[in-house]
Amino acid sequence: MDPGQFFASSRVLIVAGKGGVGKTTASATLALAAARTGLSVLLVEVSGRSATAPMFGADAPGYEETTVYDEADRGSVRCRSITPDDALVEWLTNHGFSRIAKRMAKSGLLEIVATATPGIKDLLVLGRIKALESQEAADLIIVDAPAAGHAVQFLKAPIGVRDTARTGVLHRQALEVLEMLEDADRCRALLVSIPEETPVNELIETAFAVEDEVGLALGPVVVNGILPTIADLDAGAPEELTASEAGAVRLAADLRRDRNHLQATQLDRLGTDLPLPQIRLPQLFTTEIGIAELRELADAAAASIRDLDFA
Amino acid sequence: MSSYADLAAECQVIVCCGTGGVGKTTTAAATAMAAATMGRRAAVVTIDPAKRLADALGIVELGNNPTIIDGPWEGTLAALMLDTKATFDEVVRRHATSQNQAETIYGNRFYKNISTSLSGTQDYMAVEKLAELHASGDWDLVVVDTPPTRDALAFLEAPKLLTRLLDNPIYKLLISPSQGVLRAVNRAAGTVVRQLSRVVGAEVVDDAIEFFQAFQGMEDGFRERADATLTLLGADATAFVLVASPRADTIVEAKYFLRRLGKADLDAAAVVVNRVLPALATDLDRSNAIALAHPGGPTQALADHAAAAAGDDDRIADLLSSAPSATVARVPLLPSDVHDVDTLQRIAALLASS
Repeated sequence: MDPGQFFASSRVLIVAGKGGVGKTTASATLALAAARTGLSVLLVEVSGRSATAPMFGADAPGYEETTVYDEADRGSVRCRSITPDDALVEWLTNHGFSRIAKRMAKSGLLEIVATATPGIKDLLVLGRIKALESQEAADLIIVDAPAAGHAVQFLKAPIGVRDTARTGVLHRQALEVLEMLEDADRCRALLVSIPEETPVNELIETAFAVEDEVGLALGPVVVNGILPTIADLDAGAPEELTASEAGAVRLAADLRRDRNHLQATQLDRLGTDLPLPQIRLPQLFTTEIGIAELRELADAAAASIRDLDFA
Repeated sequence: MSSYADLAAECQVIVCCGTGGVGKTTTAAATAMAAATMGRRAAVVTIDPAKRLADALGIVELGNNPTIIDGPWEGTLAALMLDTKATFDEVVRRHATSQNQAETIYGNRFYKNISTSLSGTQDYMAVEKLAELHASGDWDLVVVDTPPTRDALAFLEAPKLLTRLLDNPIYKLLISPSQGVLRAVNRAAGTVVRQLSRVVGAEVVDDAIEFFQAFQGMEDGFRERADATLTLLGADATAFVLVASPRADTIVEAKYFLRRLGKADLDAAAVVVNRVLPALATDLDRSNAIALAHPGGPTQALADHAAAAAGDDDRIADLLSSAPSATVARVPLLPSDVHDVDTLQRIAALLASS
């Protein structure tokens, strides 16, 4: 599939997965790959931190947008952060509650409201994203969903609020967000995992929950940290080496063979248990992700998308 | 600095913290197992363990009481999987002035939200369960695996979850109308209630008011308990163990965790780094030179391994510079996830020798 066509198929991509699977790196990679197809991309972080901008070599953004990548007429990436408190104040202001907005966030009233209505914080964040989508703030909005806990909880928040707050403006907000989540032309989820046993299990559970319980369409699965396969690992160590060097070669080759085998097992299992196409990103042997690494990953993502076969 | 063996031998409480996906549950279970091997009575409280690990430990069902795990250890090892809702119900029952009061609270929708889906509840109940097991006197050591929160303070502040709500001036306004206080206060409460109702709907506000009214008389009990558990978490016999992996993103998170722990005047007594690549006899330069001189699969594997291991070493050193007084345990990358008692025992032995 052509990457341009792929990234133009929904206006919002929610990148979700459990902690430790490189979800933020995947979000930044997809943003760059999408921008390279000529789209203006808005990359949104919702965990109250700003980890993606530094990957593009830019300073961390605040609530305001920061352009982190701009190739003139060939696409751009802007980053921004959305936190529940900011989203609440903005939302209250837009809904005629400007007088109490600040006080509500500051006085701790938000805490009581949030307790009374679980999911309200996640809903407000999703509501803000929906507003950006409606305003066509970018060709594509990529959301780095919260890492802690389950992605499902974040995505189910509007359903929870719809059922708890059965009247009032919050109820309407929940309905509007659900409308977006249930429309595959507007919004899809990309789930991220790594090719290991427990993350694969969790990804499969999450995928079914997102589809069945939230009604959100799933895009391809992003599998991070793929260890490249090496041919002829059985060739043995070169004869010229000392005994300890040869030992190191054999140890590394044996370990690599085991890891490649385990990885293949998990990828097969993922493919069998979850019939979704996979975007595969290689494991990088570098310490930090900067723009050079991001380019390499974006190349891999684009190549992987080109190989995808969509019905 | 205490060795990891000292921690397992002497602490009464060990809190395993860190982000998700780094092997926290495994570390918690292996730590309790190490203590049991030393002849202690050790219980581990797990939160949402991977199914096969839970099976291996024999904790198939959510159970609020520890299940004894049989094995070749001198002491006693037990595990339980935290049932957040049931634990919260127990806490309410303990503090309620009457059965009637407890029942009213159980039936309240606001309470149901707090006890099931409020963020922080899981941390709160993990601490409660920890305090309860500790106080029972049945255990020499209680190890708790924390929920995958990003912030150490979320766990430390968890015991105050309810009392913080009760300390909110709005709470006082919400419950004051029934007590016939000054009209000005009533009017203020009325305004707040009306505004809230417009935002979230009237029934949500009614539920909240009903909850707070039903809660009256229990505040002191909750406050005392929160203070007592915070004291326990800060006690000398309590140790925090930070669990991490050498992956760049988890190191960033682990450092953030340490900073937040420091903010609460607490240190990590130990850092456990899981999934460390085994060291090779050749360093990075030599490995690269070998791969260049003798191109082929095995030498490519050597160069990749050396590059990854060098990166791991740098990142681990970076993490440890943030926790200079912590003891360090490196657990090698294992060929598969841990889901049998034998592998856990190997990790327990490795931790105990760190």
